[in-house]
Amino acid sequence: MNTPSASLGKNRIHQIDAEVLATRRAGAYTVLTLSANQIAAAAKPGQFVTCSVGEVGTGLILRRAFSIHDVTSTGGQGGTIDVVVAPHGGGTQWLAQRRRYDKVNVSGPLGQGFKVPREPVSCVLVGGGYGSAPLFFLAKVLAARGCRIEMILGGATADKVFGILESRRAANSTTLVTEDGTLGVTGRVTDVLVDSINRFDAKAIYACGPMGMLAAISELAVDAEVACQVAVEEAMACGFGVCMTCVLPIKGDDEVPRLVRACVAGPVFACEQVAWHL
Amino acid sequence: MKVNMAVDLGGLVLTNPVLTASGCAASGRELDRIFDITTLGAMITKSIMLEPRQGRPTPRMAETPSGMLNSIGLQGPGIDRFINEDLVWLAERGVPTIASIAGTHVHEYAELTRRLRSAPGVVALEVNISCPNHDDRDHVFACYPEPAAKVIEAVRRSAPFDLPIFAKLSPDVTDIVEIAHAVVDAGADGLTLINTVLGLAIDPKTLRPVLSAVTGGLSGPAIRPIALRCIHQVRAALPKIPIIGVGGVTSGQDALTFLAAGANAISVGTWVFSDPNAPARVSQELAQELKARGVSDVNEVVNLAHAEYPLESDAVVSLNE
Ligand SMILES: Cc1cc2nc3c(=O)[nH]c(=O)nc-3n(C[C@H](O)[C@H](O)[C@H](O)COP(=O)(O)OP(=O)(O)OC[C@H]3O[C@@H](n4cnc5c(N)ncnc54)[C@H](O)[C@@H]3O)c2cc1C
Ligand SMILES: Cc1cc2nc3c(=O)[nH]c(=O)nc-3n(C[C@H](O)[C@H](O)[C@H](O)COP(=O)(O)O)c2cc1C
Ligand code: FES
Repeated sequence: MNTPSASLGKNRIHQIDAEVLATRRAGAYTVLTLSANQIAAAAKPGQFVTCSVGEVGTGLILRRAFSIHDVTSTGGQGGTIDVVVAPHGGGTQWLAQRRRYDKVNVSGPLGQGFKVPREPVSCVLVGGGYGSAPLFFLAKVLAARGCRIEMILGGATADKVFGILESRRAANSTTLVTEDGTLGVTGRVTDVLVDSINRFDAKAIYACGPMGMLAAISELAVDAEVACQVAVEEAMACGFGVCMTCVLPIKGDDEVPRLVRACVAGPVFACEQVAWHL
Repeated sequence: MKVNMAVDLGGLVLTNPVLTASGCAASGRELDRIFDITTLGAMITKSIMLEPRQGRPTPRMAETPSGMLNSIGLQGPGIDRFINEDLVWLAERGVPTIASIAGTHVHEYAELTRRLRSAPGVVALEVNISCPNHDDRDHVFACYPEPAAKVIEAVRRSAPFDLPIFAKLSPDVTDIVEIAHAVVDAGADGLTLINTVLGLAIDPKTLRPVLSAVTGGLSGPAIRPIALRCIHQVRAALPKIPIIGVGGVTSGQDALTFLAAGANAISVGTWVFSDPNAPARVSQELAQELKARGVSDVNEVVNLAHAEYPLESDAVVSLNE
């Protein structure tokens, strides 16, 4: 008989052969809805899952990390999670080609999610590319707390801006930004952020996207004295804390930066914790 | 039929031949969120050094065909925190621990061994000698018989006489049997075969190395044939020495082939990243493989790949049925 594990239970990481229930295209991205009841029941906004990619015996041996974009938890057996896949290399291309009834091995929920404010304050949610994905799960939770939500969704081109339609429901207002000007404001999300903060008297900023974007947002947030949390992306081999590949410099209480595992201490950090220049 | 899975590694008795690999399971806490780690034969912990270490800058990993390169650089908390936090936790959790140690001077290995003498839950030491020797122009200890032997001698002298010492060898040598002889003569009670294989990945776009450290250690199924070759060669030369086999094990069938090559126990390393449940699964699959072959004791399949074993052996014959 196995002795019950000390830390199984509420900290348990689930690993499931999840069925693909639905797929849809969203610009440059593919959204997969996966049947993953236990993960859906435990997930918090900002957390992520990892997926095996490729057929059995594939040369692609490492799991790929994806933010949890949406969750439906029925309380019964029917819980699902959505992930947004940006086809990039072999692994993400394979995932983007999954069809209904296919199986995908999913592990999660992983990492630390976003902290949400106690008061119903005004929040600005900033996403770059597929980095917008986790903001929609977050928006649901913030809305349930009575927060006012402004979304700033950016991308290099219009097809890389994720969540254009969904944001109409998820946010009270949305600003779209593209670098090439094919949609919304021409420029970068940081060009419109300060205006949004002021217009809505924002008390919290949440951001996810490329590291350069997060560094720039952090600088603006610190200047504006608005609390800001960022979800970072580091290359990960294991996703659950055993390999030490995903480290980034994080300042402790003593202000000294140390290399910390993004997969277990993050991916969400308070922006002032990250030593952006190291 | 109940299959005996207990193995005796030169006096170190483990209830199960499936172990974790150093650096691929941290110190057990994370894995315990996936499966009950008390079912493991033992945890082999991440190589620990005397002082806290930041390790190498990122990128530290690159996926390669059927494998990966890593250049973590032994990031870790240092021996004091390792003992007080990790070993104490593992002992309370009731998991036999094989503590892996690493250094850059012979005296550091000796000092680490002394610190671990009275540490809780440590059933053996694994000596990671794939480190640059700062006393000899950073030549890796494991690549030369004399420096490798010096480290093992120092550890043996500093360890309690009844604490088994496993020397972990590097495959990046001309003759691994020569190194194996050297460390066994120096007092190693067993061998762990193999550490990662030095490799290089170059980004086809930028034509620059992917890893910040330029080179890294290759692991995963890509190195399985190299691991099997090393185990087979060393077993042929040293018929009695306990061997922990490691390198690309993903399944019970893989584990079985490692035992046949001459391993007495198996570590699952990189495959934990692919399938966090792998150590538990490999151990279940191994028991099933044995049962399917009508073998009631895991020790019976050890060395079967060696020529002196007749093909009529139970385990092999029932394969054909
Ligand atoms: C916490 C987190 C959340 C993420 N969320 C999403 C998401 O919601 N949608 C999405 O499309 N992508 C997301 N990513 C990025 C995604 O994991 C990578 O794009 C993907 O792993 C690349 O795999 P590939 O086979 O396409 O590319 P390859 O370049 O062939 O990958 C090779 C290896 O490098 C790793 N790797 C390469 N690029 C990255 C990267 N940018 N981040 C992490 N690992 C990388 C892969 O995991 C793999 O091990 C996220 C990454 C992290 C760390
Ligand atoms: C990320 C990573 C970290 C490792 N760290 C260590 C280490 O600290 N000490 C050590 O002796 N071996 C270390 N190894 C080597 C493994 O223990 C093992 O020998 C090797 O990876 C081959 O086995 P595998 O193919 O099953 O991973 C590491 C391997 C990986 C992939
Ligand atoms: S990805 Fe392995 S420790 Fe973070």
